[in-house]
Amino acid sequence: MLNIANISVTFNEGTLDEKKALNGIDLELAQGDFLTVIGSNGAGKSTLMNVISGNTLPDVGDVVINGKQVVHLPEYKRSALIGRVFQDPMAGTAPSMTIEENLAMAYSRDKKRKLKIGVTKKRKSMFRDHLRTLNLGLEDRLSAKVGLLSGGERQALSLLMATFTKPNILLLDEHTAALDPSRAELITSLTEKVVRESGLTTLMVTHNMQQALDLGNRLIMMDKGQIIFEAQGEAKQKLTVENLLKEFQRIRGEQFEDDRVVLG
Amino acid sequence: MFISMFGAVESGVIYAIMALGVYLTFRVLDFPDLTVDGSFVTGAAVAALSIVNGVPPVLATLFALLAGFIAGCITGLLHTKGKVNALLAGILMMTALYSVNLRILSQPTLSMLNETTVFNQLDTLWSMTGIDAVLNGLLSVIGLDRFPSTWGIVIIMFLVTVVIKLVTDFYLKTEVGLALRAIGDNKRMIRSLSANTDNLTIVGVGISNGLVALSGALIGQLGGFADVNMGIGMIVIGLASVIIGEALFGTKTIARATLAVIGGAIIYRMIVTLALRVDFLETGDMKMITAIIVIFALVGPKFIQMRKEKKRRQQKRQELSVQSGGRKHA
Repeated sequence: MLNIANISVTFNEGTLDEKKALNGIDLELAQGDFLTVIGSNGAGKSTLMNVISGNTLPDVGDVVINGKQVVHLPEYKRSALIGRVFQDPMAGTAPSMTIEENLAMAYSRDKKRKLKIGVTKKRKSMFRDHLRTLNLGLEDRLSAKVGLLSGGERQALSLLMATFTKPNILLLDEHTAALDPSRAELITSLTEKVVRESGLTTLMVTHNMQQALDLGNRLIMMDKGQIIFEAQGEAKQKLTVENLLKEFQRIRGEQFEDDRVVLG
Repeated sequence: MFISMFGAVESGVIYAIMALGVYLTFRVLDFPDLTVDGSFVTGAAVAALSIVNGVPPVLATLFALLAGFIAGCITGLLHTKGKVNALLAGILMMTALYSVNLRILSQPTLSMLNETTVFNQLDTLWSMTGIDAVLNGLLSVIGLDRFPSTWGIVIIMFLVTVVIKLVTDFYLKTEVGLALRAIGDNKRMIRSLSANTDNLTIVGVGISNGLVALSGALIGQLGGFADVNMGIGMIVIGLASVIIGEALFGTKTIARATLAVIGGAIIYRMIVTLALRVDFLETGDMKMITAIIVIFALVGPKFIQMRKEKKRRQQKRQELSVQSGGRKHA
């Protein structure tokens, strides 16, 4: 479903601040794979996300989604294939528009936008059915402005907006990191449910090692722009946070430097 | 008094079309577009030149709309593809349009006094309906003895403005319109939902300036001339209309907001008319008055809100000190 080949990204090339953010990354996800990505700050996790979504253009390399080379497509064109949830709960929804209008915009993601009314009766009842799966009572507040919702509710709505049109790829960029623990847990379980039920090919960046172990069937650890450790299937299920930290130390010969990972 | 108020409503209804354009950029797209000062004149100039050259007035007015649309698209292009700051893009376009307008007019003022305008045609049609006599009859019943020369312009223009409002409302509810609104609300999000934000912005600014130019073409024909300076301060007038309207009529839904903008434009004209009747004010003071109205409409509601909040807190504190007063001073 997703093939990433030999991707390299360099920031500020030729200056003192030159930084190789990604260094020859290869990655292949099959249909229905759920990959979690961990790594310390500056490891290149976010850059990898941005290369897939089209936010950042790589120096070299290919990004192929569902057999289609997309590395030269602008972000807005690629978004037809990709659902995304951002870290900031405010980033994924339009606050001064209503819940139904936000859903209608998301519904148009993989279609051509036309001069037809966006929120129709038929769509409303479909939106209501989808909102019901969140168990937050949002199905009764279709015409409420999204700005009135709490951070957790907005993030749940963002997740729904990113997934209900069944994109080829789902990108989750630390989407629980800005929420309080109970809300984060809610979003995590919703994520697990929605990915399981619709079998989306998913890539999730997280700082939380436990979350990375709990979710998904595959895991990669990144450091300094490279993938340094990979696990999948049964091997992944047996992993623990301590294993992972030891693994990092063995490969890199140094302590994993990010406290948030252990504590988060 | 009645006659001058009537005149204020008459031109207010036409300026409302310009205000709707300003609403589209200023509120919907969150794009403070100063092209308006130029495109308003462009509309008047294109219509005047066309009419003087024998183009049917309605067609001439549509030419004006198209010219404004193109001017707006160029501003949009500058901002999106050229990455020029929105304010600066508008200022550049406004400045360039001054020269363009002068070229179109080929003189500072182009008169249409001896030409047939849309309003002359409208008058001819209207006088056949005989509605004027009925309305004036009603007025004389309530004791007025001076009547406006025609009711046709204000009624027909009101209908035209309402139609434009309804079309705008519809447009903003379509799939394309939703995406347009999201640009002003959360650009990053709508891009991640596969909307081409650049093209939408360009078209949005284009439509806005099309409306502004349409309004300019009509105002020009109403006054019987197009003047290269008639657009100075137009953006502030547009903003004043939007802000006054929103403050008075609210913005709960799109339909309500666009209605508020029309109301704001008419009320703005009435305020100016009233202000000009004050003895010590001159015509030249109009811009100052406009600026003061905008400042008042911007600051006033916040000030009142602040006072309310302060009073509420004071009251709470008082209640609390009454309750705990005994203990505190014991």
